[in-house]
Parts: sequence; structure tokens; C-alpha cells
Amino acid sequence: MSAPVALIDCNNYYVSCERAFDASLTGVPVIVLSNNDGCAIARSAEAKALGIRMGDPVHLIRDKIRAHGIRVLSSNYALYGDMQRRVVAAIEPFARDFEIYSIDETFVDFAGFEHLDLVHHARAMRDQVLQWTTIPTCVGIAPTKTLAKLANAAAKKNPLFDGVADLRDEAIRQWVLDRFAVGDIWGVGSATARKLEAFGISTASQLRDMALKQARGIGTVVLERLIAELRGVPAAAVETVEPQRKGMAVTRSFGTPVTDIDQLMGAVTQYAMRAGEKLRQHGLVAGRMTVFFHTNRHKQDRPQYSASRTLSIQPMSNDGLMLLAYARRGVESAWRDGYGITKAGVMLDDLMEADRRPRTLFEEGSERRDRLMLALDDVNGRFGKFTAVPASQGFKREWRARAGTKSPNYTTRIAEVPAVKAK
Amino acid sequence: MLEPISLDLLMPDLPMLLVSTPAGFPSPAADDMEEPINLADWLVEHPAATYIMRVDGHSMTGAGITHGDLIIVSRAKKPAPGDIVVALVHGDRTLKRLKRREGRYWLVPEAEGYPETIVDEHVEIWGVVVGLARKYG
Repeated sequence: MSAPVALIDCNNYYVSCERAFDASLTGVPVIVLSNNDGCAIARSAEAKALGIRMGDPVHLIRDKIRAHGIRVLSSNYALYGDMQRRVVAAIEPFARDFEIYSIDETFVDFAGFEHLDLVHHARAMRDQVLQWTTIPTCVGIAPTKTLAKLANAAAKKNPLFDGVADLRDEAIRQWVLDRFAVGDIWGVGSATARKLEAFGISTASQLRDMALKQARGIGTVVLERLIAELRGVPAAAVETVEPQRKGMAVTRSFGTPVTDIDQLMGAVTQYAMRAGEKLRQHGLVAGRMTVFFHTNRHKQDRPQYSASRTLSIQPMSNDGLMLLAYARRGVESAWRDGYGITKAGVMLDDLMEADRRPRTLFEEGSERRDRLMLALDDVNGRFGKFTAVPASQGFKREWRARAGTKSPNYTTRIAEVPAVKAK
Repeated sequence: MLEPISLDLLMPDLPMLLVSTPAGFPSPAADDMEEPINLADWLVEHPAATYIMRVDGHSMTGAGITHGDLIIVSRAKKPAPGDIVVALVHGDRTLKRLKRREGRYWLVPEAEGYPETIVDEHVEIWGVVVGLARKYG
């Protein structure tokens, strides 16, 4: 049996961060919008219950927002980044090592803690995060990361687990895997899910029991590794061949030409988020991104402009928000006023399996602290980029104005700290 | 016989050669180097669980906390009677002293003319005030 791994995941993270300092957001539907206020990127449980989906463009849900009094906030990455630092600090004493997987998910290595009641231990970790930050979390414990991710989803979905699901227990694992749709497994894309279903494989337990030879016929090596992980064998211990490094792209033509950067950002935001989703579905990270957009080449009588920017993604990532930051930088640098843009896209290449990316964690050595710092710097770096936009150019001012419902930088600026009434 | 001995005997001079000085970094006082005083570190012992807030109002002047002050609020310290706390009362963030009287907890202001609040299900103690910062001028 390999050492237990846990995934601790913050519930509705952005909304929870906002609620930490604004009690009026508690108990009411809340959504947080992407950086250009284009679409919903976080939803409170109440908003989810109203049918708001991840990535819903805000202009399509205006009626719902009005009808249900949904509170709509612009994103406040400075706050989310600072709160993540706190969450990670609360987790640290409970783990031998950890890997920050995204802004609201952290893998925790429980090696050396096996003598403890790990469910109890995970509850204590969860309580510590809640106490220090007010942010609720769920924890999944399992022998592999894939199972930990699945355990976490089970902990989130099923109140019986009371926030902590331990899939090291065979009976519980079987029970959860029998009820877990194959398409919801971390790393199984919708195309793969469809193929699997054609073979009569619709649950996680059916996928686990699939013959490896058959799996090889259907998917990539990723699928085989997934099956190993579902069987409780960490994929790192499985022999693999070099993954394919071909790129992927998310592009679209616009019905009507886009003439302001704000609108273009809206589209590119969606592409970047979608690209991140695709990467995660395939268990890949990307090392390079190209953002491009151009005018209609078939209408030479109109002013023509074609731009593309290639950025190197460091560290390699499949985090939608990180990709979004890069995409935004690309658009900002390439945008020129006065053209009608009819097509835009985001392309990713230099792809690699996520667990093989250079900066891997759970490894022995003393660089752990450095790596944590790097990870935190990344966060601060990218959120700094989001917030530290010079207001010298007209369009940027306008754009900032659109972030009209952004909460104060409660924890990172003296002038914006929360007020407490002594009245 | 016991005799007092000189302190010099107990603390002989260290041979200078034992102190290694990296070339190109002439700092004869290297061993005496200290960081400048960092007030933030002193005020905030537990950064991951500590939040800074600004006081709005005069109900705690008796405790030496006045309008405009910055308070250092810890969520790592367990609230105890006698602590100054930040509490959410019906969702409103308020600054009071936590007191225990006849088995009940109360939020008590420290200035004339402000009401006391009993701690019930509408009250959440959010954090404990562990420090205060104020600038003049």
C-alpha cells in the first residue's frame, strides 16, 4: 500500500474569500466574474442551485441575476492570492509535504502520519483552515492522487462524509467508485468518456476493472495510468512512454466584428479557461501559449490587422487562471485600436503530462521550502499582473471601471482593510 | 579554598583566525549584524491567522482604542473573557470587550452611552484583538 495522499479543496473558493470579509454575502446567491467581468468563474452553493454554470457569460444570465437578487462581484485576485497563502500555512503542519495544485486545491502527503486516525487528522486540518481563514474545505484521502481527487468530489457531494472521505477503506472505495460517473474522473475527457461508454464502461469501478490492453486500444497512455491510479497504484510507479507533445487550440470566429479590447478579453478569457479545462481533462500541462486575433482577411477594403503573441508559461501549467493571465498579457500587448477583429484564439503547445512536469512535488530533498515560495511567488506574480495595470491608457481605465463590483483588497492594502464598528 | 576568579579567565579571547571572513565582503562587524526592528513582525506573531482592521467609532476609547486606529485581529487565539474581540452581531462587524457574567457571555463597550450585547446565536466572535497600531500627524 502506498503512502496516503489527500486532496484538500476549498469550497467555492472565491466566494468564500469574499464572504470572509463581507457578512452580507452569507446565505445569499453570489457569483464572482472573470477578470473582465465577462463570465461567472465562481458560484456560491445558492447560485449553483439556481442553475448558474461555470463560465456562464454574464449577459446571458442577467435575467436570472435580477430575478433572484444574485450578488455579482468582480474578481479580486489580490485577496484570493493572500487567502491562499493563509490556507496553505494552515495545512502545512498537518503534512509531510504538499503540492499546490491550483489556487484552491492542495495535495497533501500524509506519509509518516499513517499511525494516526487520518480522518480525524484531516478533520483537524480542515478545522485549522476554517479557523484561520473562515474558508470551508473538503478533504479526500486515498492511496493515489486520482483516487484522492475522486474522494474529494465524493466528500463534497455526499453530506454523509461530513467533509472528509477516506477511500483507503476497500468497502467505501467500492461504494464511491460504483456511483462515480466515468466522465467525472479527473483526466477523462468527454471524448474518452463517450468511447468508454460504447464499451459499457460508465462508472469509475468499471474503468478500474477494465483490461489494460483494451484501455490501450481506446485512449492514450494517460488512460492506462488512470486505471493504475484507480487500482491504487500511483502512476509515477507505472512505466510510461513519452507522451505526445502536439498542441491544442481553442479558437472562434465572431458573428460581428469586435472593436474594443474589453470584448476581445471576454472571448479570450473563455478560450483560456476552456484550454485549461482541456489540459486538465487530459492530465497535461502546457509550456507555451500563443494568443492570436485578426480582422477579416476576405474584406480587404477594411483596415487589416493580424496579431499574435507567444508567451512561455513558467512553470508549466494547466491552471485556467494562470493561462488566463498569460492570455491577457498577450492581448494587452498586441491590441491596436481601430480594427474590427473577426477571429481570435488561444493555442497551447509544449505539452507534457502533468506529473512529469519539471517542478514535481512529493520528492525528497530540502528544496521544499523553495518550491513553496516559488509557487506562492507565482500566485502573487500572476495576481500582481492582474491588479497592477497602469491606468495610463484609455482602454485600461475603462476596463478598470468595469471591475465596478470588486471588493477592497482587505488583506493587502492598509487603506482598504475592513472597518470594524465601535459605535 | 574557593577563590573568586576573573571573568577574563572564563571568557578567553577567541583567536581572530577562527572567524572566517568571505573574501570581497569586508564586514568586520559581521557577527554583530542584526536585522532592523520590524514592527510588523512584532505586532503580528501569526501572519497566516492575523487580519488588520480599522476602527470606526469611539465605543472603545476606555480601552485606549479610538476612531481610526488599526487593530491586529487574530483568529489563532481562542477568545477568553476579558479579551477585546471583533464580533459579528447580526452580520455587523463590531469591536467590544468579551465579558462573562453569571454564566452568560456579553459584548461590552468601554465608553459611555453604548449598548451591551448578549452573546447568542446571532453573535459570532470573529477574532481576538492582539495588537494596536496608530500613527500621529
